[in-house]
Amino acid sequence: MDGSAEQSAVAAAPQITRRWDGDSLFRTLVVLTGISVLVVLGAIITIMVTGGWKAFSTFGPSFFVTAVWNPVTQHFGAVAPVFGTLASSFLGLLIAVPLAFGTAFWLTALAPPAVSSVIGMAVQLLAAVPSIIFGMWGFFVLVPVMAHYVQPTARHMFGHVPVLSALVSGAPFGTGLLTAGLVLGVMVVPSITAVMRDVFVSMPAVLRESAYGLGATRWEVMRRVVLPWSRQGVVGGIVLGMGRAMGETMAVTFVIGDSNHIGWSLFAPANTIASLIALEFPESPAGSLKLSSLMALGAILMAISFVTLWCSRVLLSRGEVKAGKRS
Amino acid sequence: MQGKPLADAETDAAAAALSDRPIAIQVNNLDFYYGKTHALHGITLGFPERSVTGMIGPSGCGKSTLLRVLNRMYDLYPGQRATGEVLFAGQNILGNGLDMNALRSRVGMVFQKPTPFPMSIYDNIAFGIRLHERVSRSEMDGRVEDALRRVALWTEVKDRLQASATALSGGQQQRLCIARTIAVRPEVILLDEPTSALDPVSTARIEELLDELKTEFTIAIVTHNMQQAARCADQVAFFYLGELVEVDSTARMFTAPRESRTQDYITGRFG
Amino acid sequence: MKAHVVSQSGARLPRSDFQAMRRRLTDKLATCMSWLAMLIVVSVLGSILWTLLKNGLPGLTLTLFTHSMGAPGAGGGLANAIVGSLLQTGLSILLGAPAGLLTGIFLAEYGAESKLARSVRFVSDMLLSAPSILIGLFIYMLLVEPFGHFSGFAGAAALAVMAMPIIVRTTEDMLRLVPVSMREAGIALGAPRWRVILFICVRAARGGIMTGVLLAIARVTGETAPLLFTSLGNSEWSLDMRRPMASLPVAIYQYAGSAYQDWMQQAWTGALVVTLGVLIINIVVRVGIRGGRT
Repeated sequence: MDGSAEQSAVAAAPQITRRWDGDSLFRTLVVLTGISVLVVLGAIITIMVTGGWKAFSTFGPSFFVTAVWNPVTQHFGAVAPVFGTLASSFLGLLIAVPLAFGTAFWLTALAPPAVSSVIGMAVQLLAAVPSIIFGMWGFFVLVPVMAHYVQPTARHMFGHVPVLSALVSGAPFGTGLLTAGLVLGVMVVPSITAVMRDVFVSMPAVLRESAYGLGATRWEVMRRVVLPWSRQGVVGGIVLGMGRAMGETMAVTFVIGDSNHIGWSLFAPANTIASLIALEFPESPAGSLKLSSLMALGAILMAISFVTLWCSRVLLSRGEVKAGKRS
Repeated sequence: MQGKPLADAETDAAAAALSDRPIAIQVNNLDFYYGKTHALHGITLGFPERSVTGMIGPSGCGKSTLLRVLNRMYDLYPGQRATGEVLFAGQNILGNGLDMNALRSRVGMVFQKPTPFPMSIYDNIAFGIRLHERVSRSEMDGRVEDALRRVALWTEVKDRLQASATALSGGQQQRLCIARTIAVRPEVILLDEPTSALDPVSTARIEELLDELKTEFTIAIVTHNMQQAARCADQVAFFYLGELVEVDSTARMFTAPRESRTQDYITGRFG
Repeated sequence: MKAHVVSQSGARLPRSDFQAMRRRLTDKLATCMSWLAMLIVVSVLGSILWTLLKNGLPGLTLTLFTHSMGAPGAGGGLANAIVGSLLQTGLSILLGAPAGLLTGIFLAEYGAESKLARSVRFVSDMLLSAPSILIGLFIYMLLVEPFGHFSGFAGAAALAVMAMPIIVRTTEDMLRLVPVSMREAGIALGAPRWRVILFICVRAARGGIMTGVLLAIARVTGETAPLLFTSLGNSEWSLDMRRPMASLPVAIYQYAGSAYQDWMQQAWTGALVVTLGVLIINIVVRVGIRGGRT
């Protein structure tokens, strides 16, 4: 037996030796393209930081703590637009989260399956509507309502209450922080709802069924079983929505009012980093201190939104791991 | 040998004929590791040319692992390695510097689940041929037809060669996969439980097919199904816990196994 | 008799009865709030679509598609902006899709869980949701300032940076759905890995990958912010991508902020056209996903 093996082994030809098959070339191509993604991000960061360097070096650390934005005196600080960005996003989430949660609860627990899938799909579709549409809707529909009804009513009701009066002061333009927050809220509701619905649905049915089996009401199942189980995913979805809101340009620019002062009133005109860049960039000549300050603001926005996205990713991927393990 | 019933002349003749054949692949002292798990222990086994070697044993015994060594499929997965010697075509195929693609064109493989490629029936067959040869359009047509005829699929699909292969039934898909493998004209065909996902009728057709194919190819088939091994194989190897317990001609293996573990397995006492 | 029975059972569990009532009320309240939330969301989003239709439909004339932008009252259309959008979107996909496809292949087939792959995946997700105006700013510094003028190429480049991560994501996800046995079968025939990936795996996943490309098209078509500082906009008919180029979203932005009645009308109609295009692509994709899993 061994002898014949030798025989056959010796006799056989041709030799199986290595020849070039293109694999290494393709592999290199694919790896390089992958690396190019890192290069793009690196380049974005580098360009933002170097572009903003003039502002950073001119104003020093005070750039981060000054609330002045004055092109006439060439004095710029980041506080007002950063405040506007955070405040409008916070207001947006304040509006969007309860609405999204309620809608997701309705979609997963209350609605008949057929209706749920139709409304669910419609809500998801609306997450794809270009943000400029939300901006136009805010400008042409929401701003008049705010100016003619909401703000006068609010002033009438709270104008003489000590602390609240500050929140509602100002001329009734209709534009301002609250309007921007509302538009942002409406804009991010579809995506937050979609994430929440997905994490609610991803919970193993057994858990839900056994809770119902114990006689729990639908709300109790949501409150005591679904929410604790999907907490990370829900928070991840909210943070993702916050990231979108903070980086949004078009929806905000129409309705924020373009002012670089920090006011306590919900109706005070303001600016976010993105809207300030969109509005002032065309009037900033290349090489000017103003352009550099805008780039510096861009670097700050980049940092804020990356931290946010990183958080949401960590939370959402943990949620995925959990769902994978338990299902 | 003392337990052997009356010397069965037919059995012995078959065994003798088998041992006269040249060996297509000779495995010598093979050890295999999945990371730190030692999956195969010192396997030595020859696959005689133009015959069917059936590999049986309970799940996890290493029979599929051995199959995946023979075409170096384990190369795809880091952490899996083999030591020892596997002689094929005058070379130790476990060595470095081999062209894996050329090796795999000479040692084909058919899998447990049918794996039709997401393309037409025609292109499924032509895909493999185009990898290794430059052939004209008309020659390609001939090769495709020939391959499909040999797996008895031609009459069923000749009118829809351009239809998607995924639309075929499970049994047809598996025969297509065999056709795809033989179209490349390998010397050895490895089959990893090729009928376990199929219905009895399709299974019978594939078993018939093996009988014809072995006139031209060396065949190694892993199977869970003892009857299948008895029906198709000329030589049977029994694996248990990563060891080759026994290898012998099919007739002897099923009538007079030397090892008690083999006896227990084939009489259904475990596994 | 009946009352007696009830009072007997009630006497034994008075606290539970109270609790049960409270639980039922809480559930009712939550249910009502949930209905309310859903109704608010649906009506607000409905109001947006309604506003769009009401203001946009009256301007939906043939002129819009045949005439370039013109002075207020001159009866111009949006033809140059529509064509500009198509050109820039098309070029951005031509740039972004191959890069996204290759990166997706890297992540699914070669990188797996290596450090490099994990960072590429992470960074790609970052780019996916990076503020779009910053991408505009980035391309401005890279392709506009050094050349001294805005251009359609710069616009397309900015859109490509936005399109690529979407395609990376879907390509990776879809390739991961291709069964391992398909890859092994290709390898077992003696095919080099790149051929297995391109001609078997990508082919098997082509429906899903197309979905990603379509979603990317839908996403970048509606983007305004990255174009503001890159292709700038152009009120004249121009197919020259080396020069400033009009695009529908930027034209909408310019017109919506104007004081002229006919420009505002065109802004709404343009917005309607963009939204319809984006929604139609999304509907096709979603219906396709449901029906077309062969």
